[in-house]
Amino acid sequence: MMDKNNSEDWDLVIKGHTSLFDLKFNDLWHYRDLLFMFVRRDFVSFYKQTVLGPLWFFIQPIFTTIVFTFVFGNLAGISTDGLPQYLFYLSGITAWNYFSDCLTKTSTVFRDNASIFGKVYFPRLIMPLSIVVSNLVRFGVQLLLLLCMMAYFGIKGENFHVTYGIFFFPILVILMALLGLGTGLIITAMTTKYRDLTFLVSFGVQLLMYGTTVIYPLSAAPPAYKRIIELNPMTGIIEAFRFSFLGKGQFSLWSLGYSAIFTLVVLMLGIVIFNKTEKNFVDTI
Amino acid sequence: MKQQVIKVENLSKAYQIGQIGTGTVSRDFERFWATKIRRKEDPFLKIGETNDRSTKGTSDIVWSLKDINFEINQGEAVGIIGKNGAGKSTLLKLLSRVTSPTTGEIKVMGRIASLLEVGTGFHPELSGRENIYLNGAILGMRKKEITRKMDEIIDFSGVERYIDTPVKRYSSGMYVRLAFAVAAHLESEILIVDEVLAVGDAEFQKKCLGKMGDISKGEGRTVLFVSHNMAAVKSLCSKGILMENGRIVKNAGVDEVLNVYNSNFQEMESEVSWTIDTAPGNATAKVLSVRLVTEDNYFAIEKDAVLEVIYENLIDNHSLNVSVSVFDDKDTYILSSPNLSRSPLPKGIYKSTCVLPKDFFNKGKYYFTVLLIGNNFDLITQLDKVVAVDFDEEGTKRGEYFGYWAGAVRPYLKWDNLLLKH
Repeated sequence: MMDKNNSEDWDLVIKGHTSLFDLKFNDLWHYRDLLFMFVRRDFVSFYKQTVLGPLWFFIQPIFTTIVFTFVFGNLAGISTDGLPQYLFYLSGITAWNYFSDCLTKTSTVFRDNASIFGKVYFPRLIMPLSIVVSNLVRFGVQLLLLLCMMAYFGIKGENFHVTYGIFFFPILVILMALLGLGTGLIITAMTTKYRDLTFLVSFGVQLLMYGTTVIYPLSAAPPAYKRIIELNPMTGIIEAFRFSFLGKGQFSLWSLGYSAIFTLVVLMLGIVIFNKTEKNFVDTI
Repeated sequence: MKQQVIKVENLSKAYQIGQIGTGTVSRDFERFWATKIRRKEDPFLKIGETNDRSTKGTSDIVWSLKDINFEINQGEAVGIIGKNGAGKSTLLKLLSRVTSPTTGEIKVMGRIASLLEVGTGFHPELSGRENIYLNGAILGMRKKEITRKMDEIIDFSGVERYIDTPVKRYSSGMYVRLAFAVAAHLESEILIVDEVLAVGDAEFQKKCLGKMGDISKGEGRTVLFVSHNMAAVKSLCSKGILMENGRIVKNAGVDEVLNVYNSNFQEMESEVSWTIDTAPGNATAKVLSVRLVTEDNYFAIEKDAVLEVIYENLIDNHSLNVSVSVFDDKDTYILSSPNLSRSPLPKGIYKSTCVLPKDFFNKGKYYFTVLLIGNNFDLITQLDKVVAVDFDEEGTKRGEYFGYWAGAVRPYLKWDNLLLKH
């Protein structure tokens, strides 16, 4: 028998230390069916366990929009760039919700799936990816709500219009998904050891929303703060989103480019840290 | 010569025990500083020690596995045995990539499917069929592969009637049947199984063992089987690996390994003796020794064992007798049995023996309390749980059932079958 000592002769070599950049994407590809089964599972289980079912997808954005309109629109009187207040807030909330759902749900991946991760191997990245895709379904439903509202206000003759920016819409969605995913991956990897980061997430995401142009247009921000707000990668995305659907907002390829680069850096960092953590997290959680 | 499919080289796994949380940031930093900046050895791995539960360690790191080396050839069925905490589960976790080794490596040819627990990822709201897809995909099957095998899986599981019902309505037996059926139909070259036979009824257990036999003998696939059930290991496996405290003690044919296990690993005291100065008792009588014996010192429930008590009578005309009480490991009082023949004895050293009959105790641990009773039924001494035994089982009485056999004792009561009407 040939003695096999070279690692190339074996299908798989399991060892403690692997390269940081060995991200096992081919493994991920092999398990692609699993991703869609997780998405299906999420959807079916959500649907089956609630009384109102998919109606929940609508309730949250509708009520948030009403509250925002009352508090920020009527009481505080913050400008909405001449857009109908309901549309202005709803568009911001729809986009922001997708990002924040991706972030918060992926940020607990290790903790939520500790039992399954402790029993069987599959590329762990499948789990956060399935979350991002599941949330896409929810985002789609909420987008439908936005379109219905747009149709209603359009018939009423309100002043807004869809612009060429709509061609960038898929890119915007991808950016939001990947930015949320990347940030979530970093956080979930850290929380396996430092549990208290979890508290920071729900609280931090909420604060971050006020640092993004969800409840006010960038044009209404005081010049002193404008720079800082623009540094937030979500600002460019939300502004472009609003510009695409409603025709108001600051659409610039520069700020989108900035968001894209920011997203890619966070994502790569997230994947590397996640992969490093996944190998041993079972021992610490 | 057969082809190697698994080669494990110098495999070690360290665990941090105790509180994880406080101080980890500074410790992580210290570690980072030592390994990455100064390129020294990891300071927290140097102080490791072997994993022995019963002794209190001095450091926070224990080696759950230490320098393991072995090879497994294609088509072998290997039983991995050892006490709790010997490192069996850690080894399986490393093989199935749930966690990664601290040092050393494992080389594998072919796909590994592991069944550390059946039904991983089953979702209660999904139907049996949907769960087959989900569970199959988690175990690494492609969707079309599952579709192709669907009929076979459903057929093997024997739950056709409920296949489109949510699994939350399944009995636990049905649940396990379905889960095992999925795993048994994986197209992997190596199958790792951990204690799945603990559930399910006799018929299904037989089917599982049969299927696992087919997998290794018929299909030439490799099976690693971890179990505390020696009867099942013996019937299924051709080779055995015995582990203790994170090391391999014996790696050989299954019979040889089981013999070593049986003779070395009856950890509890089956023999206690005293010198005349320390012997328990009073001025009238003292106990000198208590021991449990069999012909070959291997305790199995299919064999007679003998309790021997040696004591010295220090006064004449002493009506001495010995009584034994038996407890199980849950501290259930199983029985007590005194020696009822009391007659006055002259001074001297005596031996009382009591046969613990075969086919009476159950597999597992029993503790024996010995009492020495004198004139007027005075208690001279009571030796609480002075000796103990962990009965093994040869499995010869079981027929084809390999499952858990409950009960504080396990006598084989006399059964009769009469045909009353044709």
